Amino acid sequence: MITQAITQTSIYLPQLAELIKVKSIAEREKLFEFKLQDVEELGHKPGQFVEISLFGVGEMPVSVSSSPTRKGSFELAARNAGSVSNALHNLTEGATVGIRGPFGKGFPLESLKGKDILVVAGGIGLFPLRSLINYILDKRDEFGRLIILSGCRTPRERVFVNELGQWQKRQDVELLETVDRGDEEWTGNVGMITTLFSKVTVAPQNTFATVVGPPVMYKFVVAECKKKGLRDEQILLSLERRMKCGVGKCGHCQINGVYVCQEGPVFTYTQIRELKEAT
Amino acid sequence: MENKIIEKHNMASFINKLINSDTKIIGPKRKDGKYAFDKIADASELCLDYDTTLLPPKMYLLPPKETLITFKLEKEYKVEPVMEDKSVILFGVHPHDIKAIEFLDAAFSATNADSNYLCRREKITIIGVDCLNPNPNAFCASLGTAIAETGFDLLLTDIGDSYVVTIGSSKGKGLLREYAETREASQAELAQRDIERQKALANYKVTLKMPPEEIPKLLDKSWDSPVFEEKSEKCLNCGSCVMVCPTCFCFDVQDDVALNLKQGERYRQWDACMLTDFALVAGGANFREDKKSRLRHRMYRKGKYSWERYGKLDCVGCGRCASACLAEIASPAEIFNLLKEENK
Repeated sequence: MITQAITQTSIYLPQLAELIKVKSIAEREKLFEFKLQDVEELGHKPGQFVEISLFGVGEMPVSVSSSPTRKGSFELAARNAGSVSNALHNLTEGATVGIRGPFGKGFPLESLKGKDILVVAGGIGLFPLRSLINYILDKRDEFGRLIILSGCRTPRERVFVNELGQWQKRQDVELLETVDRGDEEWTGNVGMITTLFSKVTVAPQNTFATVVGPPVMYKFVVAECKKKGLRDEQILLSLERRMKCGVGKCGHCQINGVYVCQEGPVFTYTQIRELKEAT
Repeated sequence: MENKIIEKHNMASFINKLINSDTKIIGPKRKDGKYAFDKIADASELCLDYDTTLLPPKMYLLPPKETLITFKLEKEYKVEPVMEDKSVILFGVHPHDIKAIEFLDAAFSATNADSNYLCRREKITIIGVDCLNPNPNAFCASLGTAIAETGFDLLLTDIGDSYVVTIGSSKGKGLLREYAETREASQAELAQRDIERQKALANYKVTLKMPPEEIPKLLDKSWDSPVFEEKSEKCLNCGSCVMVCPTCFCFDVQDDVALNLKQGERYRQWDACMLTDFALVAGGANFREDKKSRLRHRMYRKGKYSWERYGKLDCVGCGRCASACLAEIASPAEIFNLLKEENK
């Protein structure tokens, strides 16, 4: 078979990016800051994802953790869970990776403007939500209340601990945290993330919930949001699937007829309740 | 559409001239008592009266394994796209496989046009041949895929001593002008073509008990049907139904590095939603863990999802899946008919 490299644009060709900073944010999680070689900005919206290439190992989808308001570079946070994320975790500053994207639909910022935002983060669901939170904080007067409910299994698994501390101190952020199981040092809430809902009041007409976490969390959190009086279209959830190509072809991320990489990963609950494979 | 006649005794010369024109000719050849698409080196190898081929001609548009990019892992990284654009004539493609290629064209040119597919597709010429001897598992007549009006450059119909050639494109017309000895088709010959096609339609052994446009609506009502459970119990999770399908196009993407660790490639290869780990994500969640959900997904893709996304059914009724399936559960016609029974 004769193959010929031609310059025509390939949707599978990554841009090169340099790892400019890496730091550990929890036991199995690291935050990576990248700079694209040929363009200044990634041009993403909170909630979108990229495909990162570790050449020779493979490609994986990962949500963008930084806000587009922070210019000049972007951050990806990843748990060491598979072969590509493992290779990513072994990189040191100066390393080159490939980036395709951003892909998918992020949070509908236009609909969120002027509203109260109830952020519900389960575990590393905070990775994509951090992009939204920092976006709101950078454009603070364009949004109403910012309420963050964050939960994880144990205190050791908390991610972005410093930032959680900073958010906690701000007057314009209402942050509540919980862990499923505490330890000797933990003095905060203990219990599932749903237990935090009774501690906050929301104005149902004016609030959007943005929910990201493990699949098991969604149905319980959606029920709590509904109890608060939120309508289905005010509940936004981001779904995780194996988005291998990012461009709506490979089929791996399909939920019923929907390609998560195209129509998602952020959906309204109105959309999701029609998807039998998602509920 | 314009029609010509090629006498059968002139066909070999047409094919051999095409072969000598330095274009790769792919067509159905005999293989261990069956038929398979392969490179044709001489007209005598080409079988135009075949029933079905083991694999569809899809592999010439979407190869089982295809390099997408190459990379050099030197000090300066170098990443380059790879796209293949070599002229190929697919000779002897049945109408249902032509319809399947039209489906792939729609899927790969929809949002985020697939550069690799389209680059290759542009250089492909399709010379079809009417299927007068259908595979016993085929149900093309019920799906309206037994006769193609579009999607080919030339289409041949065997009417005895000669072939009626329907001209589908200017590219096809040019090939005839340059390489074939043709004459005008008479009204009687065109009438004979229609008779042959009608006779073939009567030869399909499997029929759908509903018009094709009813399938998406039927599936709307069938999510919880016990049919999926009953049929999938026997599934061997082998993925053969998908591997032989002319319209399935899902793929996996992997990297390979040379032994010197200095260069490598990223390739895609056919994948199958019927395989157990298709919907597995890092961390261990598998979103289609059981056989039932996988079989149901395949049937919904065939009969509903693609209809909604591309306006076309994702099945052309070729029957290859039913022939390949060791557990005898793969036929969409059988499943759709059972669902129809339930919904009476």
